[in-house]
Amino acid sequence: MNPVRLSGRATLRGLRAVGAVALFTLRGLFHLRPLRPRLLAAQIFQIGWLSLPVVALTALFTGAALALQIHSGGARFQASDVVPAIVAIGMVRELGPVLGGLMVAARVASSIAAEIGTMKVTEQIDALVTLSTDPTGWLVTPRLWAAMLTVPVLVGVGDIIGIMGGWLVGTQSLGFNSASYLANSWAYLESWDVISGLIKGAAFGLIVAVSGCWYGMASGRGAEGVGRATKSAVVAAAVGILAANFILTGLFFE
Amino acid sequence: MIRIEGLRKSFGARTVLDGVDLHVGQGESLCVIGQSGTGKSVLLKCILGLEAPDEGLILWQGRPLDRHARPRFLDSFGMLFQGAALFDSLPVWQNVGFRLRQRMSGQKARGIAIEKLARVGLGPETADMMPAQLSGGMAKRAGLARAIADDPQVIFFDEPTTGLDPIRARRINGLIRGIVEETGATAVTITHDMDSVRAIGDSVALLQDGSIAWQGAVADMDDAAPLTGFLGKDTT
Repeated sequence: MNPVRLSGRATLRGLRAVGAVALFTLRGLFHLRPLRPRLLAAQIFQIGWLSLPVVALTALFTGAALALQIHSGGARFQASDVVPAIVAIGMVRELGPVLGGLMVAARVASSIAAEIGTMKVTEQIDALVTLSTDPTGWLVTPRLWAAMLTVPVLVGVGDIIGIMGGWLVGTQSLGFNSASYLANSWAYLESWDVISGLIKGAAFGLIVAVSGCWYGMASGRGAEGVGRATKSAVVAAAVGILAANFILTGLFFE
Repeated sequence: MIRIEGLRKSFGARTVLDGVDLHVGQGESLCVIGQSGTGKSVLLKCILGLEAPDEGLILWQGRPLDRHARPRFLDSFGMLFQGAALFDSLPVWQNVGFRLRQRMSGQKARGIAIEKLARVGLGPETADMMPAQLSGGMAKRAGLARAIADDPQVIFFDEPTTGLDPIRARRINGLIRGIVEETGATAVTITHDMDSVRAIGDSVALLQDGSIAWQGAVADMDDAAPLTGFLGKDTT
């Protein structure tokens, strides 16, 4: 077949998919009637509270490793003193949101896709329809809002724990004074550094929940179909987070 | 009450429903039979609005069952799914009282759910169990309780005896017949179990090659040539 026609078809298919996901997201976000606070609370617990240990551990080790790297790298040009400021800025602007988002993607996108996919193959979603309940409002909306609300909180907590990881290594192994390490950490941080990280967190949360819900709803039949949906959801969420991070960083800091 | 005219549905090049015409009267219990893959479930999904037909009309109480009429239809509708399709995350009583909880207190809905569970032979102790704790037969009966919880005018049963042993299958058939007679609801049962047809149905329709090959009273089906294969008669 003509390569121009082939690429044209692929482009159209891609645009159709982007449009479908955008509509799915908008429907999911604004399907607010009836309000379902209990479902939202349950999802906040599932997505936020239960992800806290893995996000906290990731942030702690990342902050600690970052302090070691900056100390040894900075020593090459007599800049070891910048460890506290670089750890704080690096965690808050970049590593906190991205690594937190990726850890939530691994844990939550897969579980959402598996849960909704299983509901689909066992006709539970059809059952919702026969019970006069829109599956979007019941399944998608609470997950989207819960992820958008909780991932920024996780990112904020991860930022603090990451900075403390750097402080631990800095004071215990690199010879920094505790009070001056903390003072230097805050001294170079600007409020926009923190706010931009939290906005990224909200965007990444949305990407994670949309990926899980979209692939769950589109799941094929049987265990194989659910397995494929789960894998696709995690891959899409991770790639989406990294791409969105690049775009948002460009928008916020260029 | 429900009339289907010239319903067509294809998936790519494969035509599943090729001009289905069907009528179910008020209070009638119709069984739709057909071999696997003849489109029984697709027909059901078209009526429920889960699949959009390519052509044809579905009328309910004389009016087209479009997206404006379907919510009202679903409000007076109950369905027993093949695998019961209970919501895994909710206890049995919340499954049964799912629709009731949208318009009454949880306590009142729970009371009605326990009543309906009793109607299908499940004790109050099952109310707080999770669906994963139920056996196949109990899940089917809980699914039946959910289908009748809101006293529907129309009830669909999708393969109600699939996966059950003969004793439990007979019990489910008896329950369905009793419920249909008690409530006076219009019932449509999708099945290929002829024991179910005899136990539940007033009339039967054979779906074959995408259309209705025969429709008549259950009493007349023994003499219907198109049903020979289903009735287990030797045609040689």
